[in-house]
Amino acid sequence: MKKLVNQVNSKLINPAKEKVVDPINLRIKKQNKSMQRFIYASLTIGFVYILLILGMLTGLIDSYLSGIIVSIMINIIMAVSLALVTGYLGELVLGHAGFMAVGAYTAAILTMQLNLPMIIEFPIAIICGGLLSSLVGIIIGIPALRLRGDYLGIITLGFGEIIRIILNNLDITNGARGLSGIPHYSNFSVTFFVTIIVIVILYKLISSKTGRAIVAIRDNEIATDCIGISTFFYKTLAFSCAAFFAGVAGGLYAHYHTVLNPVSFGFMQSIEVLIIVVLGGMGNLFGTIIAAVILGILNELLRSFSEYRMIMYSLILIIMMICKAKGITLAIIKSKFANRSPKKSKGGKSDARSFKN
Amino acid sequence: MDYMTLFIQQVINGLHIGSIYALIALGYTMVYGIVKLINFAHGDIMMVGAYTAFIFMTTYNQNIIVALIIAVLFCSILGFTIEKVAYKPLRKAPRMWALITAIGVSFFLESTVMVLFGANPKPFPAPQSSLIKIGNLQFSQLMIISLVLSVILMLSLERFIQTTRLGKAMRASSEDAEAAALMGISVNKTISTAFIIGSALAAIGGVLFAVAYPQIKPMMGVMPGLKAFIAAVLGGIGIIPGAVLGGFLLGLIESLTKGFLSAFWPDATLWADAILFSILILVLLIKPSGILGKNIREKV
Repeated sequence: MKKLVNQVNSKLINPAKEKVVDPINLRIKKQNKSMQRFIYASLTIGFVYILLILGMLTGLIDSYLSGIIVSIMINIIMAVSLALVTGYLGELVLGHAGFMAVGAYTAAILTMQLNLPMIIEFPIAIICGGLLSSLVGIIIGIPALRLRGDYLGIITLGFGEIIRIILNNLDITNGARGLSGIPHYSNFSVTFFVTIIVIVILYKLISSKTGRAIVAIRDNEIATDCIGISTFFYKTLAFSCAAFFAGVAGGLYAHYHTVLNPVSFGFMQSIEVLIIVVLGGMGNLFGTIIAAVILGILNELLRSFSEYRMIMYSLILIIMMICKAKGITLAIIKSKFANRSPKKSKGGKSDARSFKN
Repeated sequence: MDYMTLFIQQVINGLHIGSIYALIALGYTMVYGIVKLINFAHGDIMMVGAYTAFIFMTTYNQNIIVALIIAVLFCSILGFTIEKVAYKPLRKAPRMWALITAIGVSFFLESTVMVLFGANPKPFPAPQSSLIKIGNLQFSQLMIISLVLSVILMLSLERFIQTTRLGKAMRASSEDAEAAALMGISVNKTISTAFIIGSALAAIGGVLFAVAYPQIKPMMGVMPGLKAFIAAVLGGIGIIPGAVLGGFLLGLIESLTKGFLSAFWPDATLWADAILFSILILVLLIKPSGILGKNIREKV
């Protein structure tokens, strides 16, 4: 027990603090380092953005390609928000598309009713969509988070389906026919910057004290409770944050496609996001982003196989998971081919942060 | 038709569809009990069973019993192979990974059948049967046969689990796989058995489902699979009688909301699934481990 508490404690206390000799000096150093990181990150983001915009201006990236990029970015928002709950908090959620649906419908109805200039109503709609979605997240989360593991997964699945059925039957959402005539507000740039903002907020959240508390809950809930961290509070917080960003993603989705149908927020959509999170590595934000990009590109590449697309996709998925479980990575395969002397690979090396029961 | 007759009629319908859910739920619960894996491909194995029977009935002109037996054999082999190829390498991996693999297998089966037979629904050549009428009640003979068949299967499975050596090994492995292995039980063999029996039951469930709604399509396994899984959770996942109870309960709820409640409230059919999921959520919130599940306190 004591060991566990220590383990959690050491996670919460910043390890750098133990070596403090000159606190002011250290703070400056730390600030410099974070400043440096900030500059590098913003330079990279700016570079990628300019590259993409140039591609669009020169016609290298046509509207079809930019559509794919936008949907990949919406998928990234969905995946990183789910990563907070599934990857960092370690809870299985099978109804994430439900939150996206709440956000999408709220934002769409708002922009259709408000009749304000785009610059005012679009942010309002997106944020309101996110807020309502996170409210739904809290309402679902408070009872559901009493349960663990697969049972929580089932409950979220149930809630996701209920949300879809409600949308299917309400008058304001136009039922199964779906909403149409939503203004086309979310273009490439808007989506790009919202995605970046969401990633930065989540990154900051995860590397803060709150984030460490969330990770501590994943690693050992009872021990975390024992050292006085309210597991209930942090679980609900993570859940509502994830729901908020899923709602934002929904708002962007609604204003990109300009039509909404409850069918697009079913169980399969939730599963697709979960696949991205698991492939990216549990509790790895950048892995999740890369996985979202790779899966998005894979989906497009496989389009040329037409009807065999799903067979290929599922086979690749299965093979990837088996390779992951066997600890086969690209590096090991490469080194095997390079050395010619078959070294024993680190067989069966599995992620230490396994999914808890 | 007065309300009482309608009610009894819908109860019989509910028992019929519930027995099919229960058959499929048994496979979920057996696999989950031992491997702790939500086998998402289970609903699709049911679909493959229905398609196998369909092929043997239409192209080879076999009667439904022969087709059923062949479907059972085929699905058992399929279930065994899937476990060996896709799930076994992931047994020590985090459970979420195995879950994704199961989803992958499910996609694979669906898309393969879709490529082979097309996405459109096909009529299933269900045998003709006469209607039995008792007073105002009426039901087909097939319904009774299907209900009786599933009850016999469930009882024999229960006897198998309780009395035979292999059944005992399965119970032991589901309680504590490591301890069972130390006692000389081959956990691999019991897992294979669970998959074989589960897939065989799913195949029978699939054929019965195809007979009840006489058409088949590649996605036909998704919703019954999901509902059967919910049935397993409702009854307490990992517990054999729980799956049967959950299956029948689910069938009753579904047919009563669709058939009986809609007499008073016309929109009930639209909300049927929402009511189903709400009941599931309520049950889990009141009794987190399912109706027959035991509450296990977590220790440090």
